Amino acid sequence: MREITLSQAVNEALAEEMRRDPTTFIIGEDVAEAGTPFKILSGLVEEFGTGRVVDTPIGEPGFMGLAVGAAMTGTRPIVDLMFGDFIFLIMDQLCNQAAKTHYMSGGKLTAPLVLRTNLGATRRSGAQHSQSLHALVAHIPGLKVAMPSSAYEAKGLLKTAIRDNNPVVIFEDKLMYQDKAEVPEEEYLIPFGVANVKRAGSDITLVGTSSMVQVAEKAAEILAAEGISAEVIDPRTIVPLDMDTINESVRKTSRCIVIDEGHQSFGVTSEIAARIMEQSFYHLDGPVIRMGAMDVPIPFSPALEDITVPTPEGVAANARKLMAGEMFNG
Amino acid sequence: MSDAKTNTEEYLRMYSQMVRIRTFEDNANQLYLSAKMPGLTHMYSGQEAVAVGICEALKKTDKITSTHRGHGHCVAKGANFKEMFCELLGKEEGYCRGKGGSMHIADQSNGNLGANAIVGGSMGIATGSAFTAKMLGKDDVTVCFFGDGATAQGILYEVMNMAALWNLPVIYACENNGYSEYTKTAEIAAGSITARAEAFGIEAFTVDGQDVLAVNELTEKLVARSRKGEGPFFIELMTYRYHGHHVGDINREYYRSKDEEKLWKTERDPITKFATWLTKEGIASDADLAAITAEISADAAAAVEYALAAKYPDISEVDQHVFVA
Repeated sequence: MREITLSQAVNEALAEEMRRDPTTFIIGEDVAEAGTPFKILSGLVEEFGTGRVVDTPIGEPGFMGLAVGAAMTGTRPIVDLMFGDFIFLIMDQLCNQAAKTHYMSGGKLTAPLVLRTNLGATRRSGAQHSQSLHALVAHIPGLKVAMPSSAYEAKGLLKTAIRDNNPVVIFEDKLMYQDKAEVPEEEYLIPFGVANVKRAGSDITLVGTSSMVQVAEKAAEILAAEGISAEVIDPRTIVPLDMDTINESVRKTSRCIVIDEGHQSFGVTSEIAARIMEQSFYHLDGPVIRMGAMDVPIPFSPALEDITVPTPEGVAANARKLMAGEMFNG
Repeated sequence: MSDAKTNTEEYLRMYSQMVRIRTFEDNANQLYLSAKMPGLTHMYSGQEAVAVGICEALKKTDKITSTHRGHGHCVAKGANFKEMFCELLGKEEGYCRGKGGSMHIADQSNGNLGANAIVGGSMGIATGSAFTAKMLGKDDVTVCFFGDGATAQGILYEVMNMAALWNLPVIYACENNGYSEYTKTAEIAAGSITARAEAFGIEAFTVDGQDVLAVNELTEKLVARSRKGEGPFFIELMTYRYHGHHVGDINREYYRSKDEEKLWKTERDPITKFATWLTKEGIASDADLAAITAEISADAAAAVEYALAAKYPDISEVDQHVFVA
């Protein structure tokens, strides 16, 4: 099968859905001729014109708010938020407006929009361009949250997001834009709320999101060489979250580590770990371990930044302790 | 007063709509004072000529976005008393099945995209609605209602910038009722409010918000121009809020005097002014107008009675509508 980059996969998904549905449009900063700083959208304005690939002034609350109103009145905006860190700027429009529109109107109004943004540290971008803030929006009822772990997921999940009638936030890992994966030529969609068992195993379950799926897979290889069989699960969407697949795996392996690049406290790892302990407690042989980003602003210095995020070696070390029955102190 | 409409029926409809708003608010206030309404609400009384003058210039398919002080906009855009009172009381038959309440009434059947409890919260929505109209080639115009207090929100300037750059069919209607919650507008707004819109190249107008015909005449012109792609526009409507910031804001002499309130209520009341004009012009007699008021009072009383007796939503609805199925 052909291999394309995550960036190309996103571009293809957008082009295909924009051809399919004339009410879709892209809006954000430098999305047209510039194609974003990551060059993900290159070529789209040439095909769809500036009426549907809309460059905005640098004012995130304004264009996010505009997208909510556009979505409520019959179009399907695909908002490009240049960095996930800027989500703090649009919180009112996303969380007070878009997320609540359907509920507050008793089901009469909808806001079918997609917010594409990114996450991921270790790009030497400093504390305001490196955060992984998906837990913030996953906390808000009414928003769906997708976290593609490769080019394949990026394309299939984005196409599903664009056709969804709810506001959907997709977090792409900005360090993965040039990573290649097998992506079929023919059309496909990936349903929300269906986890993917990336690797089968019997001793321990590693649940990873976004690029942490790769970290989990590398950890699984390290562990395999030591005779420990790890199962790797990619939830693909954290809202909705496929607990059935996770519980099934944990009940089989009796051990679990959850890995996510958001800050560890009050985050996605905590949520998934808590659900496992509520739903599969009597199947567990040890505590469910959370591995998130350290609870510090992301530092600039490479010497510091690299130790803030989970690594395959760190995951493997925790897996060994879990296998050995050692207790953890958090 | 100027002549915006020349049809007797339309004049009387404007009068009737203003009376409907005042009557709705009087009843809502009574529901609050008698502890029959959950929560509290923000009265539109005094500002009726703004909502009616503007909405009478719109078609049903045109859109509006509203505010926390939104009952007037909702009535003016065509909503019914029964569903509105049901919503205020959290009942199943409310416009939002009781999930929105006073500050979130939306009536999409009449183009009302909803009230908003965040000050300035709907400015993006209104601008996006206008973006849809332009993108899909519809001639819908959107009116964004907001108060003088909301002019302090940054998003207003972000969306006016885009609306002006892209010639969007949106009219920003700033209802300047003199108070930003409990603070005089002069203390929160530096310089000129209309000059802010003009800085973006948006034509801005100031109009007497107590004169329904003046408001309507101006809006008719701006709506027509908006449909031709000449938008956006900005209107500052000078008006007055009879009640406090909300129904519980009773003792307010620390920020405005009773004399001032009395002056507006007796000398500048939009309904009284319009009634005087209607009788002077021979369009309606005092008896005609009294009959209109009586009929509306009876309608409101019946709607209140209905809403008080109506049932609450079944508790199974609590997690319905979080997501579109």
